[in-house]
Amino acid sequence: MDNLDQIVSEAQSAFAAISDPDALEQVKARFLGKSGQITELLKGLGKLPPEEKKTAGAAINVAKTAVENSLNERREAIRKAALEARLAEEALDVTLPGRAEARGGLHPVTRTLERIESLFRSIGFEVADGPEIEEDFYNFTAMNTPEDHPARSMHDTFYLQNPDGSVADKVLLRTHTSPIQARYMKAHVERYGQLEKMPEIRIIAPGRVYRVDSDATHSPMFNQVEGLWVGEGVSFADLKGVIADFLKSFFETDDLVVRFRPSFFPFTEPSAEIDVAFMSGALKGRWLEIAGCGMVHPDVLRIAGIDPEKYTGFAFGFGQDRLTMLRYGVNDLRLFFEGDLRFLRQFA
Amino acid sequence: MKFSESWLRTLVDTQLSSEELSHLLTMAGLEVEGLEPVAPQFNDVVVAQVLEVVKHPDADRLNVCKVDTGRGEPTTIVCGAPNVAVGLRVPCALPGAKLPGDFVIKIAEVRGIESSGMLCSAKELGIAEEASGLLILPFDAPVGQSIRQYLDLDDNQFELKLTPNRADCLSLTGVAREVAAIAGAQAELIEVPEVAATIADQRAVVLDAPVACPLYFGRVLKRVNAKAPTPEWMRRRLERSGIRSISALVDVTNYVMLELGQPLHAFDNTKLEGAVHARMAKPDEKLLLLNEQTINIDADILVIADDVKPLAMAGIMGGEESGITLETSELFLESAFFAPKAIAGRARRYGFGSDASHRFERGVDFGGAKRAIERATQLIIDICGGAAGPVTEARAEMPARKPVRLRTARACAVIGMTFSPEQIAGLFSGLGLTFVREGEDFLVTPPTWRFDIEIEEDLIEEIARLHGYDNIPAPAPRGNLKMMVQPEAQRPASRVRQLLVDRGYQEVVNFAFVEEAWEADFAAKTDEADLIRLANPIASQMAVMRSTLFGGLISNLVTNLKRKQNRVRLFETGRTFQRSAAAAPVAGFAQAWKLSGLTYGGALPDTWGSGSRKVDFFDVKGDLEALLAPVPLRFEKILHPALHPGRSARIYLGNNEIGCVGELHPEWVQKYDLPNAPVLFEVDFDAVKASGVPVYAEVSKFPAVIRDIAIVVDQNLELQALLDGLKGQLPTLIKDLQLFDIYVGKGIPENKKSLAFRIVMQDTQRTLQDSEVDAAMQQLMACLGQAFGAELRA
Repeated sequence: MDNLDQIVSEAQSAFAAISDPDALEQVKARFLGKSGQITELLKGLGKLPPEEKKTAGAAINVAKTAVENSLNERREAIRKAALEARLAEEALDVTLPGRAEARGGLHPVTRTLERIESLFRSIGFEVADGPEIEEDFYNFTAMNTPEDHPARSMHDTFYLQNPDGSVADKVLLRTHTSPIQARYMKAHVERYGQLEKMPEIRIIAPGRVYRVDSDATHSPMFNQVEGLWVGEGVSFADLKGVIADFLKSFFETDDLVVRFRPSFFPFTEPSAEIDVAFMSGALKGRWLEIAGCGMVHPDVLRIAGIDPEKYTGFAFGFGQDRLTMLRYGVNDLRLFFEGDLRFLRQFA
Repeated sequence: MKFSESWLRTLVDTQLSSEELSHLLTMAGLEVEGLEPVAPQFNDVVVAQVLEVVKHPDADRLNVCKVDTGRGEPTTIVCGAPNVAVGLRVPCALPGAKLPGDFVIKIAEVRGIESSGMLCSAKELGIAEEASGLLILPFDAPVGQSIRQYLDLDDNQFELKLTPNRADCLSLTGVAREVAAIAGAQAELIEVPEVAATIADQRAVVLDAPVACPLYFGRVLKRVNAKAPTPEWMRRRLERSGIRSISALVDVTNYVMLELGQPLHAFDNTKLEGAVHARMAKPDEKLLLLNEQTINIDADILVIADDVKPLAMAGIMGGEESGITLETSELFLESAFFAPKAIAGRARRYGFGSDASHRFERGVDFGGAKRAIERATQLIIDICGGAAGPVTEARAEMPARKPVRLRTARACAVIGMTFSPEQIAGLFSGLGLTFVREGEDFLVTPPTWRFDIEIEEDLIEEIARLHGYDNIPAPAPRGNLKMMVQPEAQRPASRVRQLLVDRGYQEVVNFAFVEEAWEADFAAKTDEADLIRLANPIASQMAVMRSTLFGGLISNLVTNLKRKQNRVRLFETGRTFQRSAAAAPVAGFAQAWKLSGLTYGGALPDTWGSGSRKVDFFDVKGDLEALLAPVPLRFEKILHPALHPGRSARIYLGNNEIGCVGELHPEWVQKYDLPNAPVLFEVDFDAVKASGVPVYAEVSKFPAVIRDIAIVVDQNLELQALLDGLKGQLPTLIKDLQLFDIYVGKGIPENKKSLAFRIVMQDTQRTLQDSEVDAAMQQLMACLGQAFGAELRA
């Protein structure tokens, strides 16, 4: 049966010479197709004498299996080669930049505002708001500021003009967030005043404020955040506790010292300035003024309709911009209001 | 308030170091803003006398001097100063001296002659910026004495930043009193004996405005030598207090003001006619002031006048004509009390201020006016000679000093710690407050120098301050716990901002006052009655309040384009301002919070695979829809002064118009020099916080059927009109209808367009039959045909 061996080796070398799957199937037909060589041999078995049939049949089947195995091996090899080729072809430069909308960012002062709000919310302070064009009454009178106080002058405070060109009486751009205190207390009294015991007032009031001032450290518009806690038995010690807690939480460090220094504001008594000093970093050891505060002046409570004998409270006012500058090391206040993307993107 | 530390230490005996003193003052509410040595460090410089001056044989500009330094034999010193002369007393740095700038003096040969030291200028000692030669000392300067000692250079200049309530500390006496109270030291205030009159001359004083001026001391001095030099010690103390020495008489009045806190004024007595009056200004009075300003005196200004004319703005500034000069020999000296309310704000109104007005408008110790005139008289006689007449005193009702009650328990409650009545008594005594005890209460009579003790809280502050704010505890906050409600149907502002940030917008903050042109261009506000103008803007480009945030954003775009940022996406939240009939919160003004945004440049960031499509109306509309999702918005064409009329829309949330979106009007694109048009939006900030609480609906278990149809309609038919027309007309099976393609062109008739919709049909209870689906589609087509003449696309 040399013939069979020859067919098998012929088939093997024919398969090996082919790398195209379709061509392989065509070549397969030459051996295993309807009139392929192996098929023809099998057909010829019928003509053999019965005693030869068995051995010849077995031999042909061995050869057929060998051809089939060889074919399958070749098929698999061609499939693998094709897959390899496709994978190579489909490879990407995975270091190219991703494709998507870039993220924007919050303004650094808003970032600070959100942190302040969340810290004070966590100890039960609500966020209050008020108008920026404000009545002289809420901005000054309700804050116990005397009629002839220098802060009321056009040198310090922006006033509005009437359409006829005259200066509008009693309307101004608020110079601090304190009028929100006055408005909130008044509304609170209207709502709860008839109760034996009013619920406590715990608010912070952030917002834009305006003063006639413009240089490297002053902007005619800037951001403040006011805080107010009024209730029974609220004391100066409580004020110190809240502020110390806030500053350590805001700057996320115990590595700072807070000091309260006697000061003067018409709307608080006793009053204090709050200084902070960091124990490390670029500003190490320097006292930095960051807020004014004090016990709400009894006249301010009285004007709002609150009995100062029954309720006491404290108020504080932080410069949001100042806190932001200290937190991120920004050294020029004016950068906050210039809208320069190269600056703002750093806070994204 | 500036002063010399060594002067202060003559008035209060304390062992505290300069730094300790500074800290103590700051923590007592007298903030120390500056603490500077008056001279830099140096040593071994003494007073020397020049005995002999001989030209240097080998150098034209040098002299060889023999100098007595008080150390035995005269010393030879080579000196280059042009003003060296025999007999002068000058500072001499001895060998071994170290001068400012680490300059060490050694014995050295100067062109062949040994020089054992250096004669010094003020600049070389670091006590002056410039010097033209040696510092010439008075002839009585003791030879051999250390110059530091002689000129009192081991001194510091303190600068206090005083709060307006603490005018009592605008003098050395006041600061000394305060130091004594806070440091537990002893104040050694100066003794002021009365100066007996040696001449009979006096001038009557009339208090015509007794509320504004209830107390006036006046005195005539004669035969005074106004040209006498001011003594060195006085000049030095004045200069270290930031006051320039002018002439002996002026210097004395300033010195007494610094020492005792009482501003004084000296008139040339020969220019005065008749009695001296303290009265309110008369109509049309004018006065030439010492600062050479001529003013029309307003009716609410207190003046000092004689029988004929006004002489001075009382407590603010003297008049030029009655002022003293170097020729003056006859004075009328004034020491008066002017009520703060009569002085406050007046100087500022005329655009100036003075040391006197600064003190009087805050309150001057009326118990010290007599002392001050005696003190000044004595100093004038000591320095300028002359003779004094008797003191004329005019007195009316003085400011009330009503006793203030302090309750110990109240003080403890407000401060938040326990004080015993004895502790409080001790603190008050230290301050010099007189009080009467009633059980645990104190009835405190404020002293004449304090104008800030009127109510109990003022005394509580004194207790807290003297005890030390640092020594008050800082307990952790405590309060009633109560949950704070955040309505679910309302998103917090931070969430809205974050959504925009996630979509590539950068937040900015712009000024609320803007250029007038922006209001005209972007809000069509040109009528004066619509504008809100500032009465006192800081600059003309910050003159009107904004009614839209667009101007700021466009200006930010211009700035950033200049800085080569070619893709800009910005947003701002802020109030906008309109005149309105609103009564609250402030009558006449609406102050709505807006959220406004601007996009410019590529629809996506410029990168390798994103293509170069510019951002357009629909990108921004998509951002807004995403911002409000799942709450649906409606858009309608709008004419807006800032926006392109064909590419802008008003935005509705339900039935409420909440804002607008659109491309910047081509006119403004050109005017503001923009290469392309940005797309802008502005919406009510509160409106976009709306979100809604989810409502459950059953999810169908049965398969949905999806059919696509394309219809042909008029080209100018707006999609919204079509959708509105179908509202309520659709078969209930149709759950969703989505536009997925628009086509105009070949195969579609002129002025028509093809819209392709994907239609989703479903029933929650069963699988739909083909026949039902067909019927629903036919109903839909019929409806579209009837309402919009729509036909199925062929």
